[in-house]
Amino acid sequence: MRLVILDDYDLASEWAAKYIRNRIIQFKPSADKYFTLGLPTGSTPLGCYRKLIEYHKNGDLSFKYVKTFNMDEYVGLPRDHPESYHSYMWENFFKHIDIQPQNAHILDGNAPDLQAECDAFERKITEAGGIELFVGGIGPDGHIAFNEPGSSLVSRTRVKTLAKDTILANARFFGNDLSKVPTMTLTVGVGTVMDAREVMILITGAHKAFALYKAIEEGVNHMWTVSAFQQHPHTIFVCDEDATLELRVKTVKYFKGLMHVHNQLVEPTHSIKDYKD
Amino acid sequence: MPSNKSVSDAPITQFVNCRILKDHRLQREDLWVREGRILDPEKLFFDEKGSADYRVDCADRIIAPGFIDVQINGGYGIDFSQASSNIRGGVALVAKKILEHGVTSFCPTLVTSPPAIYHQVIPEIEVHKGGPEGAAVIGLHLEGPFISLEKRGAHPHQFIRTFSKGGVSDLIETYGQLENVAMVTLAPELDNSRPAIQELTKRGIAVSVGHSMADLSQAEEAVHNGASFITHLFNAMLPFHHRDPGIVGLLTSDCLPAGRSVFYGMIADGIHTHPAALRIAYRAHPTGVVLVTDAVPSMGLPAGHHTLGQQEIHIQGLHAYVAGTTTLSGSIATMNMCVKHFKQATGCSTEAALEAASLHPAQLLGLSDRKGTLNYGSDADFVVLDDSLSVRETYIAGQQVWKN
Repeated sequence: MRLVILDDYDLASEWAAKYIRNRIIQFKPSADKYFTLGLPTGSTPLGCYRKLIEYHKNGDLSFKYVKTFNMDEYVGLPRDHPESYHSYMWENFFKHIDIQPQNAHILDGNAPDLQAECDAFERKITEAGGIELFVGGIGPDGHIAFNEPGSSLVSRTRVKTLAKDTILANARFFGNDLSKVPTMTLTVGVGTVMDAREVMILITGAHKAFALYKAIEEGVNHMWTVSAFQQHPHTIFVCDEDATLELRVKTVKYFKGLMHVHNQLVEPTHSIKDYKD
Repeated sequence: MPSNKSVSDAPITQFVNCRILKDHRLQREDLWVREGRILDPEKLFFDEKGSADYRVDCADRIIAPGFIDVQINGGYGIDFSQASSNIRGGVALVAKKILEHGVTSFCPTLVTSPPAIYHQVIPEIEVHKGGPEGAAVIGLHLEGPFISLEKRGAHPHQFIRTFSKGGVSDLIETYGQLENVAMVTLAPELDNSRPAIQELTKRGIAVSVGHSMADLSQAEEAVHNGASFITHLFNAMLPFHHRDPGIVGLLTSDCLPAGRSVFYGMIADGIHTHPAALRIAYRAHPTGVVLVTDAVPSMGLPAGHHTLGQQEIHIQGLHAYVAGTTTLSGSIATMNMCVKHFKQATGCSTEAALEAASLHPAQLLGLSDRKGTLNYGSDADFVVLDDSLSVRETYIAGQQVWKN
């Protein structure tokens, strides 16, 4: 595991965005070889998306040969509802970049056969050659995507019923009316994300600190599903100071001491302008 | 990137680098157009997997819905109330020229005239889609002849009429037909006005109170019977009085039918209404203001002396005088001048000034589902403005029909 610790949210977002940028550019994606990227929603990745959009608008980064797969979507919420994950991705990312619409994959929470939709999603990932880099977040209860505590660590894309905690946490997006919050989602499984060649987890804020502690300093446990990535060969956790508040001083010092090594991954920051053939 | 052919073959244009008036705010958003309508790009992306064929860079300008002028008597020497030898040509000329002012839809207005004129002219002025040839004709605005003699203003007294039988028969006898009519201005205090108001309302024709001596209760009754507009507020009506506010009192009346409020026309040329009066009306009822030009045939003509029919006019700046006098002879301000003046005089926001010339007239005429907004599905009639609200480009159905 790489644990990359930045001083604040903005710096953490920027580091993550630079990393994604370098990975895509150095991959040299083309019509024959797409870069497959797994994407999260929520408040944590917003800063990262903003930086990626900035890089695109500056002409340094293109998503023309990138295929994206989002982690999850609510069941039963109209696709154009402002709180759907389709709306989130359109508003916060897709409408600002040059991704081709047929390459942006998000689970359809209104499909007539939900499990068939999930199976089809798994197939699309396989057909795309698997995920090169899966970016995710972590819930306060340590979940990755909507793999709530108790989810199998080898689970695949499926329908999940949300935990009470998650529904409460989401209420703020539905006018604090619990009856309006969706109770089910389609989500990639822990196993689905584990299949990616590389995983990057963004964790910022003190309210996520305990979950980070459980995820990396305690054992692999299906009650804290992000802990599964201890068994992935290439995982990066990108966090801010506040997210490390529950970790041992020893852990934090060790990884902070490695920042000069971590920074070689983002400096120099590449640009497609360098690769104009 | 080409559009996906699954829903439509038509090309998609994306206007970027602009601020658009949407949901009552200027927002930094792109404007997408296909087949003459505003397109929902999110639906295009997810449902059709489509993207833009053409991108137009708007140089950080403002895009607003096209202006709608519901009261314009002519311009460029054309008088809509005259039975000229080429009525259609005259309307077409004005329709083309007002594109320069950002007007994409209008109501050619006829002042009080004898039945012979109505019978000749009305059939020649039809509802007409807009395009490169000119702004859309929404329908006629018949201002008179069922108005008050005392408040006729410049209307010829000999052609003013009353409702002798009431209802349809008077209307048909006078006008000849009601097809292609979008609005009628009348004085509600005239006897037997109620059946006429109700008949017009039933036919979807907007009824406006104006050129009237009505007191507030008569005006309120007219609204109950269907009236929804006040023609050029303050002009040609009893002045506001604190014990009987008259028609002006409709702006704040609490006796209107539930959920209904009244729109009111304002000539914001800086001349016909004192800016302080403009502000009082606007502050009392900001969502009801509708900017109109009430332009007369000399609008658009260059400074100097002109002969229009029987009138000798002298134009100096924004003033049109009866030649040799200081008597005003109608308004010659253009719509975009009115928008600018309205904003400056009231200190309102850019959004409010633009909506007074687009959204509100569309709402008045019951057209706001497809005109007067930049909502998805609306007709792509819009103007590109710079920060001083000068019109730079005019579009109808997504096609550029005028450029500065």
